[in-house]
Amino acid sequence: MSTDTAVAAIVGPGNIGTDLLAKLQRSESVDVRYMVGVVPESDGLTRAAELGLETSAEGVDWLLTRDRLPDLVFEATSAKAHAANAPRYAEAGITAVDLTPAALGPFTCPVVNIGEQVTAPNINMITCGGQATIPIVHAASRVTSVPYAEIVASVSSRSAGPGTRANIDEFTETTAAGIEKVGGADRGKAIIIINPVEPPMIMRDTVFCAIDPDADRDAISESIHRMVSDVQVYVPGYRLKADPQFDDPQPNWNGRARVAVFLEVAGNGDYLPTYAGNLDIMTAAASRAGELLAEKIISDRKAVRA
Amino acid sequence: MGTWDDVQREVRLVDTSLRDGSHAMAHQFTEANVRDTVRALDDAGVSLIEVTHGDGLGGSTFNYGFSLVDERTLIEAAVDEAQRAKIAVLLLPGLGTVTDLKAAADLGAGAVRIATHCTEADVSIQHFQAARDLGLETVGFLMLSHMSTPEELAKQGRIMVDAGCQCVYVVDSAGALILEDAADRVAALVAEFDGQAQVGYHGHQNLSFGVANSVLAYRAGARQMDGSLVALGAGAGNSPTEVLAATFYRVGIETGVDKDILMEAAENVVKPYITRLPVMDRSSIVQGVAGVYSSFLLHAERAAERYGVSAHEILYRCGERRYVGGQEDMIINLALEIAEERAEG
Repeated sequence: MSTDTAVAAIVGPGNIGTDLLAKLQRSESVDVRYMVGVVPESDGLTRAAELGLETSAEGVDWLLTRDRLPDLVFEATSAKAHAANAPRYAEAGITAVDLTPAALGPFTCPVVNIGEQVTAPNINMITCGGQATIPIVHAASRVTSVPYAEIVASVSSRSAGPGTRANIDEFTETTAAGIEKVGGADRGKAIIIINPVEPPMIMRDTVFCAIDPDADRDAISESIHRMVSDVQVYVPGYRLKADPQFDDPQPNWNGRARVAVFLEVAGNGDYLPTYAGNLDIMTAAASRAGELLAEKIISDRKAVRA
Repeated sequence: MGTWDDVQREVRLVDTSLRDGSHAMAHQFTEANVRDTVRALDDAGVSLIEVTHGDGLGGSTFNYGFSLVDERTLIEAAVDEAQRAKIAVLLLPGLGTVTDLKAAADLGAGAVRIATHCTEADVSIQHFQAARDLGLETVGFLMLSHMSTPEELAKQGRIMVDAGCQCVYVVDSAGALILEDAADRVAALVAEFDGQAQVGYHGHQNLSFGVANSVLAYRAGARQMDGSLVALGAGAGNSPTEVLAATFYRVGIETGVDKDILMEAAENVVKPYITRLPVMDRSSIVQGVAGVYSSFLLHAERAAERYGVSAHEILYRCGERRYVGGQEDMIINLALEIAEERAEG
């Protein structure tokens, strides 16, 4: 392997970690060398070993004693585990991409704000619903002020894991905060619906933004279409189900008009099933963020040598 | 003065005019509507009165409709007005949060009804635990119960009971259950709980079975029964509380409420402020036939008007796609889809 890559580890060999590995194996800038878990007979570790990675079930203790420490670590464990591991990564000078809800580092949505965060020691990928909808809120808020934005994420029952189910408030509250901090709405609201239909439904997201009645609707619409193309670079299955819909102010809308955006997020089917666009967009966003961080690490390395 | 909970009764009538009725009122209740209704229900001996946005705490949104008056103001007014009745709030995990629940408890709400889709009860565990910690009476709602079998429903009810739920409801959100469909589901829950929790029944009138199902639900072991005055609720409305009281009186089952005060309240308190009487019209009947969440009705009517398509057609498609409660956003998308198909001719 040439020196023009950043060495990476994935901690957490579950469905998310395994799908992330599949995506990162296509990367030219990220070299995933380690997969780390805590359960010896884990399928994810076995699969990673078959792909030629160095694997261990001895957790982060093992990772931090490698001769070649990783430049980047992708954490796909739990908020609690990440809270424990994060200070150790920081001490070892390893940049962390956090896919858990721990939210220790700044919220990152690659297509919106990664540029501001390539030097952060730890970045957080918000939530699946956040990755799907925050780009659209930002697309509206870069054209006109958005005093309120609301998103509805519908996911298939099969793709809603035990962590999400045990703490669904964490999803709604974190996503709402992301809509504000990254999306640029003054106030955010998030709703998640779990639907058990068979065959499983592909993830759907609806974004409602309150806007001024006189806002430039063509400019907002154009901005949204452009944003969808930008997200498609790393999530090919991200698409509009209809053109953005504009409604004039109605009673109880506080004098605001509204733009409504209907999205479908199909996964890439790398390891996770296609319908689980909610999980795929997390791994795709983490992979994209990781590549951008890796490029920065590589260019810094070159600068030092020069 | 004691609370109505001290009264001996064979079945407890729970009134949801001020919560399910919020859908039919497009969430435009005033504080005066709430005060007048709570006073009348309390006088009649109703021991639990639900007051919240139709979609539960935090439901005031673009997706479900913004409230005219903040639900916290309405809950506080209801608590203030109730002398002997307890005020309940509704919470749908994924929309409302524990933070919302704490705020409602601080305002004096004494019970929470936590509602999930009938196959997804595990999303409610954190909320039941928080409710018990707050000292609230706890009720679980298995919504769209027709979409599951009695056996599966009983397993989901068990998840709620283990999490701290004191009474699990078979909720016929689509008004699609007919007679033994309701009774068999109630019986399965009663057998599963074996006295560890009560069972309730929440009926809608889309196919007119709300009251008849309630009588059968009682016979199958349900001990809490939902109603709304003048049927004020989503779809073709709920089982009317005043008819439930009259019917249980006729069959000799003690409800502990005064049917005549309820009839007076329906006629002279609630009916005058209703802007749109719930009726069995084409769209609401289609909801019963296709098994569609009753609160989709007004949203489908609005989208139909906006995009020049018919509401019943949208609702039939909601049934085909098996959308669940909360997916109101899909209604606009379906209207657009139908309009586009028309244009393509």
